[in-house]
Amino acid sequence: MLVSTLLILAVCMAVSLPLGLGAALWLSEVGRNGHALGRVLRRLLDVLAGTPSIVIGLFGNALFSQALGLGFSILAGGLTLACMVLPLLIRTTEEAFSAVPPSCAAPRALALSETRTLAQLLLPVALPGLMAGFLLGLGRALAETAALIFTSGYVDRMPESLLDSGRALSVHIYDLAMHVGGGEGAAYAAASTLILLILLINALFLALAGLWRRRALQLA
Amino acid sequence: MRLARLDPALRVGLRGLAFVSGLIVLLILLLLLVEAAPALSTLGPGQWLADPGWQPSGGRYNLLPMIVGSALVALGALLLAVPLGLGAALFAQFYAPPGVARLRRRGLELMAGIPSVVYGFWALLVLVPLIRTLAPPGQSLLAGILVLALMILPTVAVTADAALAALPRALLSAARALGLGRVSRITRVALPAARAGILTGIVLALGRAVGETLAVLMVAGNVVQVPGSLLDPFRALTANIALEMAYAAELHRSALFVCGLVLFVITVGLVLLAARLSPQRLPHAA
Repeated sequence: MLVSTLLILAVCMAVSLPLGLGAALWLSEVGRNGHALGRVLRRLLDVLAGTPSIVIGLFGNALFSQALGLGFSILAGGLTLACMVLPLLIRTTEEAFSAVPPSCAAPRALALSETRTLAQLLLPVALPGLMAGFLLGLGRALAETAALIFTSGYVDRMPESLLDSGRALSVHIYDLAMHVGGGEGAAYAAASTLILLILLINALFLALAGLWRRRALQLA
Repeated sequence: MRLARLDPALRVGLRGLAFVSGLIVLLILLLLLVEAAPALSTLGPGQWLADPGWQPSGGRYNLLPMIVGSALVALGALLLAVPLGLGAALFAQFYAPPGVARLRRRGLELMAGIPSVVYGFWALLVLVPLIRTLAPPGQSLLAGILVLALMILPTVAVTADAALAALPRALLSAARALGLGRVSRITRVALPAARAGILTGIVLALGRAVGETLAVLMVAGNVVQVPGSLLDPFRALTANIALEMAYAAELHRSALFVCGLVLFVITVGLVLLAARLSPQRLPHAA
């Protein structure tokens, strides 16, 4: 279960991270209000953030499991989760970028290309903020159950590849509590493990957010 | 910071990534429509609301009890969570010493991070037996309302907190200079001024409550009926999808996508409402 959970998270983050990073950079570049497409995109992302996870699960089942033929698999579950955490990731990442003080625009005076400014300056400076967003998304993905029930499935054994079905920890708790008589003890154990993982991620998030704030202050 | 001019290739790449992210929402709508189309075209609008019960194997598809169930449980949860959340935010902003306020904030963040299965599991083992001593079977509308209220409390409290904290200090200082007491400062100045932000949070919380699946499923009893009292079991729209998707086929499967479509439309409506209410950008749904 733990391996399946980690694999699902890995797929989810591998997909949503580049997408979210790119989208957030573009959004912070077009600015807050001036750009019509930017406004539409923000609204769409707000809708995505508000969409119930079970509906995203239905979508994942229809698209990844059926239309793309991935079946009940870790890959399908991870991709579905990626859709779910994307708005959160974009929002936090964008905030991290817009918190970088304008004085960091100095390299432009040094005739560095924009791409190099981005890679060598903006990304490193915004890194703690990016990591904090990443951890927030990770926590959200870890907590999710409803989107996974019909995408990554129930099968309770060691997955052999990304196309195998894998049971996430949260789905395991659900199954034990609802369908297995006398499963309470095991469900308690699984729930404790899950909460411990989330507490750990939360603590990391807080530490990084603090670091990020301090660094932003130093630069300002 | 903003980059004044990006290299063209990079700019095109970033824009592509941004559009792919936005496309997901449209894709969700499209797929829901496609999958729901068979059921929508074979069953008339009357059947969704007037069929005698929900028995997909018998060709009966009445969604009304579940829509009512979802609405009742969400509104009930809101009724509990709003006074509590608002009270907590006011306490933190106007009464609590800074240390206590910070502690409360951490606590709320933790509450928001706890997975819904864990809430559901806890409610199933603690709340439901408690209600059972009151009136069997225990899995009931009341249990659903209580657990949901707990889950949306952080959303209400955090957004109200942020809205109150964002008020201009001058406003409150002026009220104090006019000799208003703390209570009138809160009810006559702070609350009206922060109304938009607080309402936005409430609408977002309502959206979360309607969309919540696992916790509600685990404590609701899931009998398809319009609950006659707080102690009756019921079934929410979200739970209906989660329960039956595993074995649904053809028209039944399509009918479940209709449920999804209904949910999606409700949430889109709520998000747009929140956006209209909100003075600035939507806050994080905690």
